[in-house]
Amino acid sequence: MRVLVDLNRCLSYGQCVFAAPAVFRFHGAESLEYDYAPADAMREQVREAAAACPVQAISYSPDDRA
Amino acid sequence: MRSAVIVGASLAGLRAAETLRAEGFTGELTLIGDEPYEPYDRPPLSKQVLAGRASPAHTALVMAEDLRARWLLGEPATGLDLRTRQVRLSGGREIGFDRVLIATGTRARPWPDPAEAALDGVFTLRGRDDAASLQAALAAGPSRVLVIGGGFTGSEIASVCREMGLAVTVAERGPAPLAGALGAAAGSVAARLHREHGVDLRVNTTVMALEGDADGRLHAAHLSDGDVLPVEVAVVALGAVRNTEWLAGSGLAADPRGVVCDAACRAFDADAIVTSDVFVAGDVARWPHPHYDGLLLAVEHWDNAVRQASTAAHNMVADRPRPHRGLPAFWSYQFGVSIKSVGLPTIADEVVVTQGSVAERRFVACFGRQGRCVAAVAVDAPRALPAYADLIEAAAPFPPDLRAADGPRALLPVPAGLAVDGQSTHSPTAAVTGPGPTAREVPRERDPRSPLTAPPLE
Repeated sequence: MRVLVDLNRCLSYGQCVFAAPAVFRFHGAESLEYDYAPADAMREQVREAAAACPVQAISYSPDDRA
Repeated sequence: MRSAVIVGASLAGLRAAETLRAEGFTGELTLIGDEPYEPYDRPPLSKQVLAGRASPAHTALVMAEDLRARWLLGEPATGLDLRTRQVRLSGGREIGFDRVLIATGTRARPWPDPAEAALDGVFTLRGRDDAASLQAALAAGPSRVLVIGGGFTGSEIASVCREMGLAVTVAERGPAPLAGALGAAAGSVAARLHREHGVDLRVNTTVMALEGDADGRLHAAHLSDGDVLPVEVAVVALGAVRNTEWLAGSGLAADPRGVVCDAACRAFDADAIVTSDVFVAGDVARWPHPHYDGLLLAVEHWDNAVRQASTAAHNMVADRPRPHRGLPAFWSYQFGVSIKSVGLPTIADEVVVTQGSVAERRFVACFGRQGRCVAAVAVDAPRALPAYADLIEAAAPFPPDLRAADGPRALLPVPAGLAVDGQSTHSPTAAVTGPGPTAREVPRERDPRSPLTAPPLE
């Protein structure tokens, strides 16, 4: 699956890191880094991360494309 | 409109295509791209991809389902004929349109000496192929990397080099890294970040020549401070050049500064008459931002590509045009800190720390111009920034009296120290680009090798 974070909108609340630690992480105190192409098995976690984001900065591919 | 053609298949092109479909356009939709890849995200290329934490092939952008678009990739557009309404491709094909969106973006400014630029070990960084080859060169463990230009890209590359334990020298013609975008005062903080992380930072210094060995491999760089530096890798990070050459002879107001359009993203022709079927968005556009007194802005930011493309696409299909007027905003991650900006720092005359502490590397600086707030930059303080956007939108008095709990005891503005245009080796990514569409004088680009001051007579 594909993930995209609008890092302009992102305010580093870090909710995504709690929801999907294998996909989202901090590289430095406030610098969010993430996997653009996580395994499809991560879909549920990514969905939770996107729902938990206070600024709605996370989007992801709706289907199972690589 | 039956057919829409989008020239440029990167972030702006994709977002425009999605908006066209989302707003009900059912006609034929074609995207033309010079790279053979579907749209991918560029910001990670100078960060996690370069550091080897992510593959350059794995930053593809999330795409709307059911875009029903024809993708013509790997073949650049070479001409636009407004009379016959056709885009010409390098292979000779002609693609007809009712409306066209120009979103051809920028490319890395090359090193001015082609022979030196062709040396094995000399790189630029713009696309994923660039990132892949530079990553391989860094992973091979060169004895020293030279970064030419201390803008955002150059600083991020230097930061990755230090993370990888590589010796790195940054040569910047201006007084500090990031000085072209944020001014010398804020740049002094960037200079401290570079040096704290072990970068050999040379400011007020240019690279006069790159020297290869008999096999055409880079092995030394001659600096304007007299040093001859042994280096195996040099990264040319001198800013970007707008991709407008393909529009030569089209009759549009296009030159190296960009393609001029109005706030509704409609292109101007060379007679300064706005067109009705040619639109512009993203890095390649110059437009009179309603917030900045009609000055023509060019903004090479991710956020601008998304929002201007969306506005342009809306205006391609909508009855009533809406203006593109959001404040410029960007982020950079380097040396372990997040730098986020809103507004236009390049037009500021003063800057003041309004929250936090520079010593602790967690603060907000507000930029003012003639007593009004025009921009704010947050270092490791992203959550403080949105409030400043409101101050800038309202043109609030500068320095702003915020009474913030983490504010300084007294607000002490200092000169922002923005360089005269062309002084820094890197170009700012959001800049005022001069007067209107018919201006004949395109400022001559300064040779990045020439130092700011003349050498003494001997």
